Amino acid sequence: MGGMRAAGDLVARMQMTRRMRLKEAKQYVADKLGCGTRDLSDPVAMEQIRIEKGLGTLPFTSSVRPDDAGMMEAKFNIARTLDIPINCVERFKARAGL
Amino acid sequence: MGDGSLVEMTRSEMRAELEAGTQLAAKRAKVPELTQDELDHLLDIYGSAARFTAVDIGDEVVMSNDGTGSKHIGNRVQDLQSYEALIGIDIVELWQIDYSYKAIKTNVAHEGQAMKIAQALLTNPVQYGAMPDLGRYSQPDGPIPNWSELLPLGKIEEARRAQEEAAAMLIDDIGFVADRMVAAGTDGIDFDTTGAAGDADFLAGLTACRKLREKYPWLGIEIGMASEFVLGMHGQLTFDGERLAGMWPKDQLRMVQAAGASIYGPAVNINTGKSTAWNIARAMTFIKPAMQIAEIPVHVNVGMGVGGVPTCVYPPADATSRASKAFVEILKIDGY
Repeated sequence: MGGMRAAGDLVARMQMTRRMRLKEAKQYVADKLGCGTRDLSDPVAMEQIRIEKGLGTLPFTSSVRPDDAGMMEAKFNIARTLDIPINCVERFKARAGL
Repeated sequence: MGDGSLVEMTRSEMRAELEAGTQLAAKRAKVPELTQDELDHLLDIYGSAARFTAVDIGDEVVMSNDGTGSKHIGNRVQDLQSYEALIGIDIVELWQIDYSYKAIKTNVAHEGQAMKIAQALLTNPVQYGAMPDLGRYSQPDGPIPNWSELLPLGKIEEARRAQEEAAAMLIDDIGFVADRMVAAGTDGIDFDTTGAAGDADFLAGLTACRKLREKYPWLGIEIGMASEFVLGMHGQLTFDGERLAGMWPKDQLRMVQAAGASIYGPAVNINTGKSTAWNIARAMTFIKPAMQIAEIPVHVNVGMGVGGVPTCVYPPADATSRASKAFVEILKIDGY
């Protein structure tokens, strides 16, 4: 689905964490993001959604966003947006005393 | 062809290849042949002269990527980052070159440290993967008498006991590695090429999966198979009362679902002497009955030597993309 270029990582998390089949996983993510399922594989639509919700974007030569959420920060937001536990986020919180 | 070489066929020759592939698989696995509509769809895909083909916009599927990276781009975490950023993989996998849980047990702390760094540097889900690889527990590589040597001597019971002892060790080792990867932050565990050593190998994978699911309800667990058919090296092993030897993808999936896995990965090996059209029809015929009962995501192994992709170092893009399109559009798979 294009991974982080679109919403492939988010749909994948629903397959892994909730054992959802593809159609259900896409609908779940689309509902949580407030978009259509076709938007999930559209890199242009998803760039805006990922920036707005702090879900992380890929830094490239002509587009870097050092003030936006990335990597671990983005995964905090992904866990909250999708209402799923993300293992490294839970461990980050526990080890940092958050 | 299944070895990657380029051949030209007329449409009628290609149709004959498709029909022969599905007929052979149907007879072998005692499952229905592909329908005429499905064969027509395959003919449209494989009859194209395009170098690359793809599914329609909106029909994209998730790509889990066992053995992510080339092992020769920077370090292993940089390899994962490059696949996240440049290739657009949906799930990346951290792994080591000795791709076996038994081998990883000896350096699991270092593997865990690499996982922790990967989790800090990637947004993508990062899972840890290796093979169950039951054969590693038999002599001379392991402590257990070698059942492949016992069987030709007629020592059937001894061979069976050896496999059962090895399976118990393997279950412990998978749990040992998985616990430490979970502590390091992994999103999932991949059992790659499960069943490679037969039914005891498959049983160990299923049992380890069930134990992990009980401990970690949220954990991604992918069970990818070694081949289309579970060899009966033991012959009498059961899971939930069902004999594992001789299982084809539909029954493999039922067991994987029952064990609590998140993702099932069927594998159908390539016949290098046959065309990719013959191979894709054969592979889809084996896997179609599984798709009809799937309750969890199915990620078909579509890579070098499996799932209609030729056995060669650099599989041609026309072969990989046609196989992917065929599985997505006809079998409605969830990923690959």
